[in-house]
Amino acid sequence: MLIKSIEKFGKKILSLLESMGRAILFFLTGMMHIFTLPVQFAKIIDQTWFIGSKSIFVIILTGLFTGMVLGLQGYYSLVKVGSEAALGAAVALTLISELGPVFTAIMVTARAGSSMAAEIGIMRISEQIDALKTMHINPVRFLFSPRIIAAVISFPLLTALFDVVGIIGGFISGSIMLGINQHVYMDTVIQSIKIHDINLGFYKAFAFAVVTTTICCYRGYYTHLYSGFGARGVSLSTTNAVVQSCISIFVFDYIITFFWI
Amino acid sequence: MTIPLIQFIDVSKSFGASPVLKGLNLSIYTGEIIVVIGKSGTGKSVLLKHIIGLVQQDSGQILIEGKPLSQLSAVDRKSFYRKLSYMFQDNALFDFMSIYDNIALPLMEDSIFPKHQVKKKVLERMEQLGLIGIEEKFPAQLSGGMRKRVALARALVIDPKIVLFDEPTTGLDPVRKKKVHSMIQEYQKKFEFTAVIVSHDIPEIFNVAQRIAMLDEGTIKFEGSKKDILDSHSKILNDFIEGKDV
Repeated sequence: MLIKSIEKFGKKILSLLESMGRAILFFLTGMMHIFTLPVQFAKIIDQTWFIGSKSIFVIILTGLFTGMVLGLQGYYSLVKVGSEAALGAAVALTLISELGPVFTAIMVTARAGSSMAAEIGIMRISEQIDALKTMHINPVRFLFSPRIIAAVISFPLLTALFDVVGIIGGFISGSIMLGINQHVYMDTVIQSIKIHDINLGFYKAFAFAVVTTTICCYRGYYTHLYSGFGARGVSLSTTNAVVQSCISIFVFDYIITFFWI
Repeated sequence: MTIPLIQFIDVSKSFGASPVLKGLNLSIYTGEIIVVIGKSGTGKSVLLKHIIGLVQQDSGQILIEGKPLSQLSAVDRKSFYRKLSYMFQDNALFDFMSIYDNIALPLMEDSIFPKHQVKKKVLERMEQLGLIGIEEKFPAQLSGGMRKRVALARALVIDPKIVLFDEPTTGLDPVRKKKVHSMIQEYQKKFEFTAVIVSHDIPEIFNVAQRIAMLDEGTIKFEGSKKDILDSHSKILNDFIEGKDV
């Protein structure tokens, strides 16, 4: 009984190590092929359009409401200590260094990451990935490398957009609705933001782009190993990709903040 | 004695605990059309995937013109694989690409040919297969028969020396089946490639085949011409052809 349990535990550890090794190899192969010629311009542009441009509306909407909620909550908290004039600074700093990159990454994962996992998963179960191999096309280069470049371009830009719209949202609820002086709000925003905070936000966005794209593409690519063939396999891969990406966003957020501060 | 182009010697392959090929021996000769028949799930597609390198054998050897595939240098192996084309059972066309891009893909990614030459080759194949006018369409917009022809055009666009067909007529009506069969025959004669066809279309496929091999329980149980099949007294073979459950 004890030996069987140890055996079972050992097998789980081995399988975990195997999948970690596979994921690292997948990531390194994809990264290496970013630099192999010919450069896949058309695919990069296409993916940047899909990940970046098509996420703009979602980012504007979530950024606006996040900023408005922050303005509202921030005002009622600050007014208790008589510091409501610092609302602009509170909203801007929270958004730029924390909520902007995290929420942007979560929203883009929900919209584009899930779609990447599903698309690549369907390509796996319908033998399209095998077809690429028979045509001597490296599937990791073809499917993963352009997506990671597109994500690295899109995530920081979308994060910046989220931050700007969020600050405007804070302005709407703090100044227009609750009556904080408009010049005071904007002045505290400008005075409080330092390049150090902006860099932190961008480093996070960059890290989230790499981590979430790798997880989503990897889950789709190895659908057959983890979730099985068929529609159920693809749906499981997609769910796992989104859940694991979201968890990774929070873990990496903590790690980066810890080392940065 | 002619050296086979591809030769399987005692090839075995298992997936987990299930053995699929059990010491399989088979020779494929240059320029022939060989058809592999057998019940579903007997490993016919696995056999094809061994040739193209999608699956590796657990034991035994695959010889290419007398030399073990595993011992070929990276350059020689690459040059062998470049002579191969594979037509998948369900076509494996890329849904997000136009028909033109699907057919052009093997040439575009190779970056050996300049763009104008790629266009010329693709349009030539499209014309030969009656696909002109659908360049901008997507696979989902085509009928099953058209998709098969697109898959065939993609397989032939690189001028392969060996083409592997995995059940090329699955899901087609009898008229389209006949068309695909004559297409394979016609293009095999025209381009002089070696064709390995996995098929269930019995007896129609016998008219296409120059040689037939029957795979059963992981080994080749019969090998011969159409005449040999008709003259054969093999119970397994006759039961399979007559569709008897044994």
